Amino acid sequence: MDSSEPSPSGEPDDRPAVPAQRSDQDAYLRVSDLRVRFDTEDGVVRAVDGVSFAVERGRTLGIVGESGSGKSVTSLAILGLHDPRRTTITGEISVGGRQVVGLSDEEVRRLRGRDMAMIFQDPLSALHPYYTVGRQIAEAYRVHHPKANRREARQRAVDMLDRVGIPQPARRFDQYPHEFSGGMRQRAMIAMSLVNDPALLIADEPTTALDVTVQAQILDLLADLQAEFHSAIILITHDLGVVGQVADDVLVMYGGRAVERGSVEQVLRSPQHPYTWGLLSSVPSLHGDADADLVPIPGNPPSLINLPSGCAFHPRCRYADRAGSRSRSDVPELRPAGQSDSDGHLVACHLGAEERAAFYAEDIASVGVAR
Amino acid sequence: MSRFLIKRLFSATLTLFAVSVLTFLMFFALPRDPVTGMCPKNCNPERLERVRDDLGLNDPLVSQYAGYMKGIVTGRDLGSAQGGRCDAPCLGWSYVSNEAVSDTIARVLPVTLSIVIPAAILWLLLGVGLGMVSALRRGTWLDRAAIGFSLTGASLQLYFVGAVLLLVFVYNLRLLPVPSYTSIFDDPVKWASGLVLAWVALAFLFSAIYARLSRAQMLETLSEDFVRTARAKGLAKPKVYGRHALRAAITPVVTIAGLDVGGALGGTVITETTFGIQGLGRTAVDAVRSGDLPTIMATVLIAAVFVVLANVLVDLLYAAIDPRVRLR
Repeated sequence: MDSSEPSPSGEPDDRPAVPAQRSDQDAYLRVSDLRVRFDTEDGVVRAVDGVSFAVERGRTLGIVGESGSGKSVTSLAILGLHDPRRTTITGEISVGGRQVVGLSDEEVRRLRGRDMAMIFQDPLSALHPYYTVGRQIAEAYRVHHPKANRREARQRAVDMLDRVGIPQPARRFDQYPHEFSGGMRQRAMIAMSLVNDPALLIADEPTTALDVTVQAQILDLLADLQAEFHSAIILITHDLGVVGQVADDVLVMYGGRAVERGSVEQVLRSPQHPYTWGLLSSVPSLHGDADADLVPIPGNPPSLINLPSGCAFHPRCRYADRAGSRSRSDVPELRPAGQSDSDGHLVACHLGAEERAAFYAEDIASVGVAR
Repeated sequence: MSRFLIKRLFSATLTLFAVSVLTFLMFFALPRDPVTGMCPKNCNPERLERVRDDLGLNDPLVSQYAGYMKGIVTGRDLGSAQGGRCDAPCLGWSYVSNEAVSDTIARVLPVTLSIVIPAAILWLLLGVGLGMVSALRRGTWLDRAAIGFSLTGASLQLYFVGAVLLLVFVYNLRLLPVPSYTSIFDDPVKWASGLVLAWVALAFLFSAIYARLSRAQMLETLSEDFVRTARAKGLAKPKVYGRHALRAAITPVVTIAGLDVGGALGGTVITETTFGIQGLGRTAVDAVRSGDLPTIMATVLIAAVFVVLANVLVDLLYAAIDPRVRLR
């Protein structure tokens, strides 16, 4: 890929320095202080409000949140698939060292599908019903390989279908999406997204529309392909179980903001934000007590037009009172969560570390979720 | 695909059979004696009886129908009063115009085809084009202009638009000759200049519906996931819109176009009357006025054939556009 080419000046690295963690220097994708606003008839929607993260090649970042948390909007902004007429994007999105925010439509288009690709939630509606699966994959290849002829593109598409585990790929090439099963369709979708060997792959709820048995296969396939293509993956999901299976790092979003960030170990083993606790309590556990009740988070996701003041989660938070009036007046910043400042585990909560530890213990005791 | 085709053609044949039986019953089994209309003056009972015999009206209905159908397929002998031998497709003899109905049809059908087919091409291009442009430029002045144009078209009547066009282009500016029909094989330029106002008038009225329909369809399609996928691949806009969005948006337009073109081929009475051109539509109306039953029968049948054929064509186009249709 382009990012691996030596820079012409011979300097080791003269990319613009981004104020972020040290490990971010190697990251293929760097997002800092991303803000996405939509102008609608009802008002301005702050879909993403100051989110930062980074993903290296070969690693997977899970972005978790309810619908309306801004996770899908973030990914669409990275690919430049938003409606430019009513969307305002500020902040930085750097893909392989190139700043994407502010690029022309044409420049972003050339990156799309080649350097960064996307898999969508429902493969049946994401594939065009009137064209054969193979033709759609070959088309994705030929956009970025204009010199490739029809036969080469076909061969490449058949190879990719084979690679994602579709039997009889040469015959399947000429079939339509409706002739594929759900799992096979998502495999074809993955083949299409990887046909140009992109360094960044964004998977938006890739298993939500699939049967449970097929879900695991697709996740395994993504992990295999990542090992082979060494791509950076963003996995968007509301399912912490999926995150636990494949992600290296986790970003928890609520109301367009990041509320917790850290490695999978950190976030799943010692979650710090009450919202993350709520997400965990609503996931059934295979390892814990099978009789344990699942506990939904009370209330509804907030309106992005009229976000609650202060901590956006405070109306649904059982511990909001303990933090005093700050929870209603101040937006908590993302700060180191644990004992050490450098372990990379961040949380945006007004509660102190000891308070959180105590409440979390209490939560587990009262709810009976073993994790 | 061929099974699909055979099924559709079979059901089309059945429909035509039903239509022919119904029209036959309606016109020849009506309580009013058709012969009185065919014998204008000085009809004594003997002459009426002879005409009745010539027409086979004294035969049982089934054999009358069989004779009529046989005439269409193989031709038949109508007797000396009706011009003797009538070659296939024989549609009977008109006492009003004193010629074989098939000769009348052969004269007026090309006129209607010449009006409707170019007009349909024009209204489809104009309507779908306007719809696409306004969908892709939604909310801009271009969108509003296109919508305004199509609203105007939808709310005006053809005889008004036609009269204005005639007044401006023929009588004031003298850019065009008075509308008339010339065969395209004799003189293509004269053919076009004689009919162009009829095309424009029809296209203006019809394109309105197509503009609104294709705009709505296109807007809906643009929000589909597969369009987003096409963009995510890095396809340039013309390919996203043309290859991916348009093909999905066009199906309802094809349906309406089939109905409209099929219906219009059956006769464009108002257009023909406005521009003073004798086509199928005016012939049918004249036949109704003069009680010319064989001609009425023929024009109704031909209109039905066009509608059925247009529907078969729509089905085939559907199957060509959407592979899922072929399964059914």
